Amino acid sequence: MNNSLSRRSLLKSGGALVVSFALAPRLAKGAAKKEAAATQKTVAPDQVDGFLAIDSKGKVTVFSGKVDLGTGIRTAMAQIAAEELSVPLSDVTVIQGDTALTPDQGVTFGSLSIQNGGMQIRQAAATARQALIAQAATKLSADKESLTVAQGRIVPKAGGKGVSYGQLIGGKQFDLKLDPKAPTKDPKDFTIVGKPIRRLDIPGKVTGTFEYMHDFRIAGMQHARVVHPAGIKAELQSVDDAGCREIPGYRGLVRKANFLAVVARDEWSAIKAARAIKTAWSDWAGLPDQASLWDAVRSTKVVSTEELQKAGDVAKAPPGAKTLKATYDFAIHTHGSIGPSCAVAEMKDGKLTVWSASQQTHLLRKQIATMLSLKPEDVRCVYLEGAGCYGRNGHEDAAADAALIAVETKKPVRVQWMRQDEHGWDPKGPPTLLDMQGSLDESGNIVTWDAVLFAPNKPKDVSVKLLTGELAELAHEDSHPGNVHQDLAIPYQIANIRTTVHWLSETPFRPSWIRTPGRLQNTFANESFIDELAAAASVDPFEYRLRYLKDPRGIELLERLRKLSNWTPRAKREAQDGDVAHGRGMSYIRYELVRTYVGVVAEVEVEKKSGKIRARKIYVAHDCGQIINPDGLRNQIEGNMVQTTSRTLLEEVKFDRSKVTSVDWASYPILRHPDVPEVVIDLVERPAEKPWGAGEPSAAVVPSAIANAVFDATGKRMRSVPFTPEKFLAAT
Amino acid sequence: MATLRLTVNGKTRNVRVDDANVPLLYVLRDDLGLRGPRFGCGLSQCGACTVHVNGESVRSCVYPSSSAVGKKVVTLEGLGTPAHPHPLQQAFIEEQAAQCGYCINGMIMEAAALLSHKKNPTDAEIKAALADNLCRCGTHLRIVRAVKRAAGAKT
Repeated sequence: MNNSLSRRSLLKSGGALVVSFALAPRLAKGAAKKEAAATQKTVAPDQVDGFLAIDSKGKVTVFSGKVDLGTGIRTAMAQIAAEELSVPLSDVTVIQGDTALTPDQGVTFGSLSIQNGGMQIRQAAATARQALIAQAATKLSADKESLTVAQGRIVPKAGGKGVSYGQLIGGKQFDLKLDPKAPTKDPKDFTIVGKPIRRLDIPGKVTGTFEYMHDFRIAGMQHARVVHPAGIKAELQSVDDAGCREIPGYRGLVRKANFLAVVARDEWSAIKAARAIKTAWSDWAGLPDQASLWDAVRSTKVVSTEELQKAGDVAKAPPGAKTLKATYDFAIHTHGSIGPSCAVAEMKDGKLTVWSASQQTHLLRKQIATMLSLKPEDVRCVYLEGAGCYGRNGHEDAAADAALIAVETKKPVRVQWMRQDEHGWDPKGPPTLLDMQGSLDESGNIVTWDAVLFAPNKPKDVSVKLLTGELAELAHEDSHPGNVHQDLAIPYQIANIRTTVHWLSETPFRPSWIRTPGRLQNTFANESFIDELAAAASVDPFEYRLRYLKDPRGIELLERLRKLSNWTPRAKREAQDGDVAHGRGMSYIRYELVRTYVGVVAEVEVEKKSGKIRARKIYVAHDCGQIINPDGLRNQIEGNMVQTTSRTLLEEVKFDRSKVTSVDWASYPILRHPDVPEVVIDLVERPAEKPWGAGEPSAAVVPSAIANAVFDATGKRMRSVPFTPEKFLAAT
Repeated sequence: MATLRLTVNGKTRNVRVDDANVPLLYVLRDDLGLRGPRFGCGLSQCGACTVHVNGESVRSCVYPSSSAVGKKVVTLEGLGTPAHPHPLQQAFIEEQAAQCGYCINGMIMEAAALLSHKKNPTDAEIKAALADNLCRCGTHLRIVRAVKRAAGAKT
């Protein structure tokens, strides 16, 4: 697939925003001059033309502000548009995340691509369809009701000559406001949505023809490597590049305050120069001692305290009530993209273009413009797929690096972060601490539920500051790791509930969102703690949850999960002889209490002597409403099970007082093939319902299901992620 | 400057380099314009850069280009094309065995090396052979199914 080509041909056909600077830089292929001609295309999200264009041959281009991060969204968006317009899927091309071409649909995060982004595109297509039918009715002197659409042609239902989309609108603009109430297709008539359509990108990805961000090249481009500081806030005191000058391809360095990069003709020269450069940094040792990280979190200044959910009065535990308390913590995680962040930037005639695998090109444009004191309209950010990011990793920082270097050197540049840059300097999932307290009456019923979360403070806007701006001492904003308080509130009907978050003034590393931010940590605590209460009450964990779950869709989900996993009641655990213990645990969530339902059962085995825990099999019941592509959904769920098993059992960022020390795959191990659990999935199909997100919800339930299974196997509670052998052996 | 005579995917090319020990990955990607082998770690830890040298899988991010002179280098592109995919590539398409796909080069190249000397590997053998190829998206289950499928198709 060649995204740039389709983008170029589209721009030749025209569309209301003047794009006056060079587009896809295939200068050698000679089309660039034509492209650079004034081209118009609105990116307004309230205009049909923002999202759709149809050329004279009836080919449809979808402009999606939401981008495919490896989750199959490109294909899903194409399915949604093709379905609503009744055109063959092969007639649809998707352009993603280009600030000059695609509407700002918000950051690609929070499991909102289909739920919000896709539904905007569906509505744009529905509006377009209605307009095209009206035009056809005029042209054919027929009633709208007498017409039908198939394969991009509007024809009389009674038969006879029709008219194609290409003939009606080809190459012209709709000039039409997106109608949020335009009637959409009846799901009963779906032929493309809801089908396991093969992903459009996979043939190219398995044959080496797909163009990733990392493959993107432009004429005259130099290669740079960033030399990150010796400590997170260390100051650069001196630089000596004498050794670099021995390297024939070395072209020089860029230094701005504590930002340092080497620039070379080719990659290998840049890598060698980054190794050869001599630097002196000030001592900085402002990180907490990792051995007492949780004390540091607990003693961090509380900026504000917010009550998230309140029912009854948690002080009302009756006399004789049994009280349980437990503290859960969840380690700092890195995104761990397999391909370290990469970007290309070019400054030409006062206009900056940045190619990036950013999940947020519109936001990135604002951040880079702020950093470089440029007008946002003079900055264009273009999305190209990178390695999976699972949140805000280093892509945006590499993009800002490239932007700064391109401006300073006045030449186009490609910045490739090395492994230690990605592991060491991407923003992190913050350390999360939760205190849980609950009480049971004499029948084992939950009387009170009281949860306290310690999380990094939440400024007004959700964003992660650009590292480049911070190092170079240029303008930049604060960081906010997303809505990490979500799902601290529980889906259970209990008389007395209080859930509270303490917003903390600081956290050791730039906080970011990593798949299922906050919801993962909060659900780990909630669903582990309810399991503790169930065990204290000697009630089967399914039965116990069902006591307090009044939502019929949630109840149905749990019943399906119970059947899928062939669950046998376990009100009391039985001690197991032998060196390897086996257990099963379950967990449930309704995402943010308003959308996707997921339940899982995990099967684990625990080597009692070594303390090694393995997740062998995970059963998943999943209800996200209407499913756009069931195979894409399964792929995502499988990925969430495997990745979150990895995070739960293995992952923890290590650091000394100055910097991250787990800067490679040896020091930050992730799950490997032999330890991957089998995954069995039951998708609840509800085509008539709204589609909800699926990128994150299923990850939320994994750590607690594994913890509960370890308890079932061994009687030990794992309350600290990751569940390392050392922690198992130390657990009681 | 040195000139390296490299045979890649059946074609012999002369490549001029400053440093004959430049890792093969950069020559393949930057000088020969190949996209199959991918930069992942530069440390021989993740497998994204895997290529075949004389039929054996090697980590091109640490493999000196000079060592490839006189040998046959094959990359993902050398296995097959979208129009004529290799059985493994076809199996990865059938099983939809990719998310971001960044690791898939290494998975296919490593699996191809495995299948060249072991016709019908068990799941455990496939997993062991791919244990040093990392995937972050969690596509492992599909990857193993794809390799099984390809092994079946070959016999």
